Amino acid sequence: MTSSLHDLTLLEARALLDQRQVSSLELTQALLARIEAIEPQVHAYLTVTTELALDMARAADQVLAQGQGGPLTGIPAGIKDVICTQGVATTCASKILAGFVPPYDATLVARLKAAGMVLLGKHNMDEFAMGSSTENSGFFTTHNPWDLAAIPGGSSGGSAASVAAGSALFAVGTDTGGSIRQPASHCGVVGLKPTYGLVSRRGLVAFASSLDQAGPLARTVADAAQVLSVIAGHDPADSTSAPRPVPDYTAALERGVKGLKLGVVQEFFAAGLDPEVEAAVRAALTVLQAQGAELVEVSLPHTDYALPVYYIIAPAEASSNLARYDGVKYGLSLRAPQGDLMDMYLDTRSQGFGPEVIRRIMLGTYALSAGYYEAYYGKAGQVRTLIKQDYLDAFQQVDALLGPVAPTPAFDIGQKTGDPLQMYLSDICTLSVNLAGLPGISVPCGLAASGRPIGLQIIGPHFAEETLLAVGHAYQQASDHHLRRPPL
Amino acid sequence: MKISAAEVAHVAALARLRLSDEQSEKLTEQINDILAAMDRLNELDTSGVPSTNHALELTGAMRPDQVAPGLDHQRALANAPASDGQSLVVPKVI
Repeated sequence: MTSSLHDLTLLEARALLDQRQVSSLELTQALLARIEAIEPQVHAYLTVTTELALDMARAADQVLAQGQGGPLTGIPAGIKDVICTQGVATTCASKILAGFVPPYDATLVARLKAAGMVLLGKHNMDEFAMGSSTENSGFFTTHNPWDLAAIPGGSSGGSAASVAAGSALFAVGTDTGGSIRQPASHCGVVGLKPTYGLVSRRGLVAFASSLDQAGPLARTVADAAQVLSVIAGHDPADSTSAPRPVPDYTAALERGVKGLKLGVVQEFFAAGLDPEVEAAVRAALTVLQAQGAELVEVSLPHTDYALPVYYIIAPAEASSNLARYDGVKYGLSLRAPQGDLMDMYLDTRSQGFGPEVIRRIMLGTYALSAGYYEAYYGKAGQVRTLIKQDYLDAFQQVDALLGPVAPTPAFDIGQKTGDPLQMYLSDICTLSVNLAGLPGISVPCGLAASGRPIGLQIIGPHFAEETLLAVGHAYQQASDHHLRRPPL
Repeated sequence: MKISAAEVAHVAALARLRLSDEQSEKLTEQINDILAAMDRLNELDTSGVPSTNHALELTGAMRPDQVAPGLDHQRALANAPASDGQSLVVPKVI
């Protein structure tokens, strides 16, 4: 074996486990050793479940010894800390949920466990998934394994950094406005945000309920397909879950791009796009063209309005969802000796939430308040219709859309923390995909001169994950960006 | 539109947040910057455009009304800051 166990892709590890060339215990111990070695620099995990992981690995080895097992049996992975794991602390990187131990597994976690996953721990994130850099974590900032001075992206920054650094073979994150795709892009890994409703949201702590969606972060598109096949599917316990059969995503990988019409979104290449990002993405487009895809220019005329629409709708939904943190049922509860119920609400919420969460609760409460509801929330809902219609029109002409994931490579830690609006602009190419409920994937397509990764975004019609996976996989067959590892 | 310091205080009260003077001042400034970016939406004539509240057309999800196991008291109260074993306990309400 030329590489270390922690450098394996999920499918390489799968093959070694199935051939009994390596046990899950050996693999899990290798990953735990990797975590111990690099966590002091990367800080990707909020919780490492060492004993649980070793127990799950031993159980997986017993299953494998009997010639049985599921697609993930014995594979060590990490889960974003916004997803409930029974018996394992789930904090959303917020002080208000410090110490919260869920009494049940999220549906997607139950599915991963049923498929045999070994849980290594919970990944750091921006508090309540609000942010683009993981600097909003209530506990500590995650560093980009490619350049420790850089942000890993966010909000699933811990997950992306961990997969890139080899401290998990895959991860599951969530994406409300780009929170899987943007950190995947910044850390040089694959990140797939499925169609709204494809993966159950039960047990996913709500940020913006009409936008939130969980999906895989992995080393390769083929690995992401393997994970998606496990977590996708209808859940009667989530009323917004799509009641439709789940295709075999791994079977779609080999379809190729010959005969596909792919749209290049003009607005995503507008002013403000970093020249190195543009060059890397355009080079990726020619790779796909050489493989037989037809490229056509496409316009999404309302692209510029996605940012204001998103920053009305997401905070509005968040202000409502986060009303549940009141010091009554779980988490932080500050009760002054002579205080009444209102004091408890005020003290708990003001001290439990970090600055970005408070900012968004304030924005959302304002946008929903009497006198402003129509001007903000009402208007945003109407423009959301126009944004979605742009996409539906584009998909009349093309099978999928292409563009960058983020307008620049990862910026420096601390660079944008003083200016929320500048921070919001880093999600400009991803927000509209959530507003329209579409699937999108980020695939590594190069490195900037600084050594920081760049990602290609592929966006498809509702429930066209198979097309995204086929395009992404075809690209990875003809490129080697996903094979590079950070110098760590 | 611009938000005043008094409106920030009103919104904080609605959201059950206690803000320091320094926090209020900074938030007023930041929210006004963000609202200025939102005002771009007024460039668009949206008369007659329906609102999208969910990206996919969802209909009410129905299932058979069958009794299934849920969380028992002990597990439901396990994270409670204060409980008497049967109920959550809160400070004086009135």
